[in-house]
Amino acid sequence: MSDIIVAEGLVKKYGDVVALDGLDLRVPEGTVYGLLGPNGAGKTTAVRILTTLLEPDAGTASVDGFNVVKQPNAVRRVIGLTGQYAAVDEYLTGRENLRMFGDLYHLQPAYVKARSQELLERFDLTDAADRSLRTYSGGMRRRLDLAASLIAKPRVLFLDEPTTGLDPRSRIGLWEVIKDLVADGTTVLLTTQYLDEADQLAEEIVVIDHGRVIAQGTSDTLKDQVGGDRLEVVVEDPTQLDEAATALRTVATGEVKVDRTDHRIVAPVVGGSLTLVEAVRSLDAAHVGIADVALRRPTLDDVFLALTGHTAEEEQA
Amino acid sequence: MSSAVPMRSRPIIGWGLHDGLVVARRNLIQTIRVPELLFFSIVQPVIFVLLFAFVFGGAIPIPGADPTTAPDASIYRQYLMPGIFGQTVAFASAAATVGLAEDMKRGIIDRFRSLPMASGGVLIGRTFADATRQILVLFVLSVTGLLIGWRINDGVLNAIYAYLLLLLFAYTVAWIGSWIGLYMPNPETAQTAGLVWLFPLTFLSNAFVPITAMPAWLQPIAQWNPISSLVLSTRELFGNPTGIVGDAWPQQNPIAYTLISCAVLIAVFAPLAVRRYRRTTAR
Repeated sequence: MSDIIVAEGLVKKYGDVVALDGLDLRVPEGTVYGLLGPNGAGKTTAVRILTTLLEPDAGTASVDGFNVVKQPNAVRRVIGLTGQYAAVDEYLTGRENLRMFGDLYHLQPAYVKARSQELLERFDLTDAADRSLRTYSGGMRRRLDLAASLIAKPRVLFLDEPTTGLDPRSRIGLWEVIKDLVADGTTVLLTTQYLDEADQLAEEIVVIDHGRVIAQGTSDTLKDQVGGDRLEVVVEDPTQLDEAATALRTVATGEVKVDRTDHRIVAPVVGGSLTLVEAVRSLDAAHVGIADVALRRPTLDDVFLALTGHTAEEEQA
Repeated sequence: MSSAVPMRSRPIIGWGLHDGLVVARRNLIQTIRVPELLFFSIVQPVIFVLLFAFVFGGAIPIPGADPTTAPDASIYRQYLMPGIFGQTVAFASAAATVGLAEDMKRGIIDRFRSLPMASGGVLIGRTFADATRQILVLFVLSVTGLLIGWRINDGVLNAIYAYLLLLLFAYTVAWIGSWIGLYMPNPETAQTAGLVWLFPLTFLSNAFVPITAMPAWLQPIAQWNPISSLVLSTRELFGNPTGIVGDAWPQQNPIAYTLISCAVLIAVFAPLAVRRYRRTTAR
């Protein structure tokens, strides 16, 4: 399939602060593309440029073949945008909001009416449809916000941190909705600072930091870049930590890390469960008591740490 | 899949007005659903009426007013009411300033800007709704005025012209207020910035005191102030005392000067505001 979003060398500066530093993106049609990075990495700036809200200082970008700077209205006809805040009107009802956005997309009134009803049903908002948004919960607002951006059946949907500030249950609810959308063939560009969110939703992930792409691939290929699995062992007796570490070095493929406060040892390994058995045997041979042992795939947190030298959360502090 | 979406054909009024009416509808629904806001926007000018009529009223003589047309005590009240009308519609601009700052903060301006709508639509709707809201405010003020002795002395038709002129002025300053609002970093700042320029503008006019009572160097400024010509126009149209009318052209031709001022201000500030709107984003 062809690339529906193409960005080349996007640069955006705010005074001395470089928000984007030559960002390149190619998003294939019909995929969920995750733009992952800490606060201030340039995710929102990238979305603002691609949705015609902001002009880049340098570089070009197009959506569905239309240049975002030269043909903004053509771009706006094919996109939907759900930003970090629920950008819907507080005082209107859910249905009135959808009608307003439908009217402003210049859709036929009869279509807007039918499509609103369809979206309200789909997003489980029919009971609240005729109530003012002041009575809505955070999750309901986000769902209505998403419904508003879908009123014109956009080919490309931009979701800028769609679950920021939501409680875990609402987040999972919204994830389900987003997964359904993709099944319809909508291309979704999703920005998030939550690693599990990108992992859950995105087929293809771009990691950005300081306005530049630092890694790219599927969740699995990114994890492979960090290098295989992690073997985690918690010992019963902290005085045995060093003996345990020595025993694990026989099976590890890289540096074995000892965490003395948690009595935990982390060792990079390859070979899956066979290695696990081998590790347990060598610990047993060294008479080390094991409180817990686990083999886990690296998380995107590990990926971020390996790529940038800091975790996603540290950047904000 | 997007090809299946049925689009409207272009309406006769054009997309700018169509989108403006959609946004105006939204802003007016807000007004109805937040009656507190409307209540205080009415109470404030009513308090002004009562303060000026009863506190300053006796202290401000109106030179040139004919004491035979009204009993002495009510001359200042007759003089005052058009001034209050003028001040009230001028302050309507602050609603646009604060409203747009709030819309920006909520991200709804970003949402509007991502839609394929006319670029003037949001501001046309904003200014239109702000002027429309003044109809109710002027009605309540007029009733207050009638209760304290203000009268319409020159026929219904002229009174209608007076009200239309006031609404046109409200619409005009709403564009200035919109332009300011789009530069505001947050609604709190907008609250102050939306009002700060209005105090000198309305007080350096004939709204509350006759221009002849001002220092000589201030008089030309007050005579060329569009608020002065608006207030003088409505005094003439309502048949209220005007005080001594100055020699400057705007004072001699107040209605023409008011219309020209509105046209010029809209021609300057509407494009400036739309230009700013097209570049603005939430912070």
